[in-house]
Amino acid sequence: MADMSLKKTPITEQPPQERICNFKEVSLGYTADEAVKEAGRCLNCKNKPCTTGCPVNVRIPEFIAKVSQGDFEAAYDIIKSTNALPAVCGRVCPQENQCEGKCVRGIKGEPVGIGRLERFCADYMMDKQKAAVKPEPNGHKVAVVGSGPSSLTVAGDLAKLGYEVTVYEAFHTAGGVLMYGIPEFRLPKEIVSKEIKALEELGVKIMTNMVIGKVLSVDELIEMGNEAVFIGSGAGLPRFMGIEGESLVGVYSANEYLTRINLMKAYKDGFETPILESESVAVVGGGNVAMDSARSAKRMGAKNVYIIYRRSMDELPARKEEVHHAMEEGIEFKLLNNPVRILGDENDRVKSIEVIGMQLGEPDESGRRSPVEIKGSEHTIDVDTVIMAIGTSPNPLIKKTTPGLETNKRGCLIVDESNATTKEGVHAGGDAVTGAATVILAMGAGKKAAAEIDKYIKSK
Amino acid sequence: MFKIIRKKQLNEQVVLFEIEAPFIAAKAEAGQFIIFRLDEQGERVPLTIADYDRQKGSITIIFQTVGASTMKLGELNEGDYISDVVGPLGTPTEYDDNIRKVAVIGGGVGCAIAYPQAKKLFNMGVEVDLIAGFRNKDIIILEDEMKAVSTNLHICTDDGSYGTKGFVTDKLKELIESGNKYDEVIAIGPVIMMKFISKLTQPYGIKTLVSLNPIMIDGTGMCGGCRVTVDGKIRYACVDGPDFDGHKVDFDELMKRNSTYKKQEAEHICRLTGGKRNG
Repeated sequence: MADMSLKKTPITEQPPQERICNFKEVSLGYTADEAVKEAGRCLNCKNKPCTTGCPVNVRIPEFIAKVSQGDFEAAYDIIKSTNALPAVCGRVCPQENQCEGKCVRGIKGEPVGIGRLERFCADYMMDKQKAAVKPEPNGHKVAVVGSGPSSLTVAGDLAKLGYEVTVYEAFHTAGGVLMYGIPEFRLPKEIVSKEIKALEELGVKIMTNMVIGKVLSVDELIEMGNEAVFIGSGAGLPRFMGIEGESLVGVYSANEYLTRINLMKAYKDGFETPILESESVAVVGGGNVAMDSARSAKRMGAKNVYIIYRRSMDELPARKEEVHHAMEEGIEFKLLNNPVRILGDENDRVKSIEVIGMQLGEPDESGRRSPVEIKGSEHTIDVDTVIMAIGTSPNPLIKKTTPGLETNKRGCLIVDESNATTKEGVHAGGDAVTGAATVILAMGAGKKAAAEIDKYIKSK
Repeated sequence: MFKIIRKKQLNEQVVLFEIEAPFIAAKAEAGQFIIFRLDEQGERVPLTIADYDRQKGSITIIFQTVGASTMKLGELNEGDYISDVVGPLGTPTEYDDNIRKVAVIGGGVGCAIAYPQAKKLFNMGVEVDLIAGFRNKDIIILEDEMKAVSTNLHICTDDGSYGTKGFVTDKLKELIESGNKYDEVIAIGPVIMMKFISKLTQPYGIKTLVSLNPIMIDGTGMCGGCRVTVDGKIRYACVDGPDFDGHKVDFDELMKRNSTYKKQEAEHICRLTGGKRNG
């Protein structure tokens, strides 16, 4: 008989006042007892709605049954059989829109804490894993461009099938957005490094400092004997609003602000990368990247941090947990407000941001109610730093240097249902195809692309 | 890891490194740059490629030891390694086949970047007037090299200790007014110099190319830190540049943005040198 309590088993978190002074992980994860208790809430439904809600189809009720029996290793093996990065997904997936969103227990009360259980299993097994056994080589070579979630998934899946996989990363460290974008307090970088090391043990070769499209072209990768190329180059150029004052000192794109902190470790003593000190910060946008920026700014010592978002709480695209954590940490939400211009002081440092009030009108093509300006509601908020977290357009580098590779009008690579691009032998996935989306969607695309690449090469 | 195979001190503050980097050397073109990271804790710093040797698989960088990272870099010697070097980044400089005569202007360490441009043009058969400006005689670099790739080399010093006394702008103005017809002017050096060269050439209608050096992190179009306003629009120096039409660049904005970390940088150098500030 399942545990019928309506709420999830509570999880231990660093108290807000403590955690805003450090970059350590907010959620401390379940203990074994807590995990077993939470697993007991699963009804083990026959039709498994949770699994259908998962982009990589983790066999959720099966692994949870193993957790409730205390067989954490077996639970982990079930997750790992379809999800290459469980420690990452358990932490950053928007479970409320996926597995947990479909959980029957969520109809009355809270859904089963699937993400927390996934994370528990991955963390439990983190130091207990046996070194991976290198599969028998199948004699085929594949090149993977980028090393974010979609690329790591492709690399792992193909390496397990015996492919000789080389991953090309532009930065000095592999991991893509998991390294430069998502902050340490949400996804410790040590976890990402371990996942990458595990791939290397499988035989995946990782070459850093390699900007494909510059140092080697996609055509050259093919000439080098790669029978297929996967492009997972991620989201690229940050968007700005095109308003006055965006070039003032103290205006960052979220990509830049987060990269300085996460990848370059500007928050740590001894690291050389500088970052501006801020007293009051306005973050423009309402997605996960906006929450990450705001919470990072708080930890960097800013007293006042505002989220400026043109729609209301209901439309915030960020994960619920991030919004909740941000509020606990004292981030102020200036909802239904849109920036008009940014003003500078005599040294051209940001001094304030002028915003205009908005109200919600008719739903637009995205189905969300479109915000309309309220005339005469302009007012300024004193800030010395503005972080623009309003999305990105895909990186133009590869498209520019690869004849035959076509993009849509938003600059995203065009792929068919098998993730094949318009260029023979080249597949793509992740943000390079969809525009900025989530880690798990990129992994889902990577999983599919890996299977299609395998099919493609074997059919040749 | 990238091995330094040759080091040459060009003046007290300017250092030349030849680095083993076969992938980059195979593709590098004039106008492109690399980003280096000295070690695990280092920052990412862009530097223009001064030269390359495809056969040897090496690239040459020339840099001034003015910031914390370049000061540390300058302390390395032949046989030492740099943790990361990535490139070639940016769009190579393109010249019209029809150009006959150009003026290439280098300011200080900017001569290290003006030099490969002059070399490329000179080898294309273009008449090259090279104007190189330095504060004084002691810091002149690459004189023989520049002489070899120019039709006329004009060296200017601020204090008159060598060559002509005065700024490069004065020299260019003199050359233009004495009847030299330039199809293009290429100016590489401090932002303020590029600004005034562009201002000078505008009324004469001479196309002027400048090579910009904004703050950047990734160099591949991801961080947006290197945005500059060109012709009223946001452009990214790392992927759209680093070369731009000097008549359309908002130099004042670039100077302000380049001063973003002045305070942090000064504090850092004080820690490194115990208070003595170079440059």
